[in-house]
Amino acid sequence: MIEIKNISKWYGAFRVLTDCTTKVDKSEVVVVCGPSGSGKSTLIKCVNGLEPFQQGDIFVDGISVAAKGTNLPKLRSRIGMVFQNFELFPHMNVTDNITLAQIKVLGRSQEEAREKAHALLKRVGLSEQAPKYPGQLSGGQQQRVAIARALAMDPIAMLFDEPTSALDPEMINEVLDVMVELAQEGMTMMVVTHEMGFARKVAHRVVFMDEGRIVEDAAKEDFFGKPRSERAVQFLSKILHH
Amino acid sequence: MFTGFDFDVIARSLPYMGQGMLFSLGLTFLSMLGGIFLGTVLALMRLARFKVLNVPAGGYVNLLRSTPLILVIFWFYFLVPLALKKISGDPYAQGIGPFYSALIAFTMFEAAYYCEIIRAGIQSVPRGQVHAAYALGLTYGQAMMKVILPQAFRNMVPILLTQGIILFQDTSLVYVVGLTDFMGAASKVAQRDGRLVELYLFAALIYFLFCFSASYFVKWLQARYHVGR
Repeated sequence: MIEIKNISKWYGAFRVLTDCTTKVDKSEVVVVCGPSGSGKSTLIKCVNGLEPFQQGDIFVDGISVAAKGTNLPKLRSRIGMVFQNFELFPHMNVTDNITLAQIKVLGRSQEEAREKAHALLKRVGLSEQAPKYPGQLSGGQQQRVAIARALAMDPIAMLFDEPTSALDPEMINEVLDVMVELAQEGMTMMVVTHEMGFARKVAHRVVFMDEGRIVEDAAKEDFFGKPRSERAVQFLSKILHH
Repeated sequence: MFTGFDFDVIARSLPYMGQGMLFSLGLTFLSMLGGIFLGTVLALMRLARFKVLNVPAGGYVNLLRSTPLILVIFWFYFLVPLALKKISGDPYAQGIGPFYSALIAFTMFEAAYYCEIIRAGIQSVPRGQVHAAYALGLTYGQAMMKVILPQAFRNMVPILLTQGIILFQDTSLVYVVGLTDFMGAASKVAQRDGRLVELYLFAALIYFLFCFSASYFVKWLQARYHVGR
């Protein structure tokens, strides 16, 4: 479904990604982890072309992200993305946040889009919040709306860029619960996160990054059971013992 | 007190000065609208990656911002008819008249200032918002119109209005092309009746009242906006 092939990226002279290769199969959940500054967020933003890269290519459902002729907006509309800081549109209420792209990009009618929005809000437990503005919601609620907004496009895969990092601890679970449910329904997911509990529960594979390289790419059991690299061992011991 | 002053002259010439005020307000309003529209286009050009767009826009803004407004008004009033004659080859071609020259001059001049305000406004919208809009499949145009510009303009309303207040004061310069705005009207009455002190005092008072209440409104808007945020 998502094939990342030998991606390298530079910011000027500084190399942020070095020869990264991995993939996410259909209905697979891949968790990407690693210390901050290791390039995980940059890598996931390359998948839908939000960040340009200089070498390599990424294929989503067989379509090249780097090729000149690719219709990027169309490609992006098929991949849902959830951000660390939610990025709901603050000048629109919850319903409009969810219907905007359905109407503008998919050409759905106002009515159809609203129905879809309300069904998804119900699913993430936020039916009551439909007329409110993002500023009136808690972080956890905003992130659930953001997930609903992405799902409204009927995506073939979902990208999560540290979806719980900006949340207060008591709100993390309400967001993770929605993500676990999605994973169990068979959604194809690539998730950048430090939530190792989530990884243990639903991930199929874990990708460990350090200094812009993919250091380890293993089945979940292998990664947690017997990590091969020294860096991954260190990282796990730091993140699991607090 | 005030013996020898005749404040009655103000009451007598009020309708005439009222007309002048309507002209000032109309010109301010129209050039603000035009200036904001053209300024937005210029701002988008300046922010564009392509040199063919951002270099001319940058040149335009820098040129107009380093030129006195009065000179821009002169250019349009005197040069446009000359240019029209040259282009059409008709030695009797008429210009576009003082009102339209002034309107175009003000619009183009203000656009340069609005461009910089709007450019800063667009840059004040967090990058994550742009990413979120693109990630949903919106095109550049859709993301601008629906997500970025609405937020940018909301942040900019106070400073756009403040620029409007400056523009309102600047409209008094139209006397150089023979138009009669509020200031021009007051000045003409003052000269005609020899009542300079009374009328210039009155004009100052009126400008103060208009501009002060407008700035007060801007402050109120700002306070209200910050609470709602």
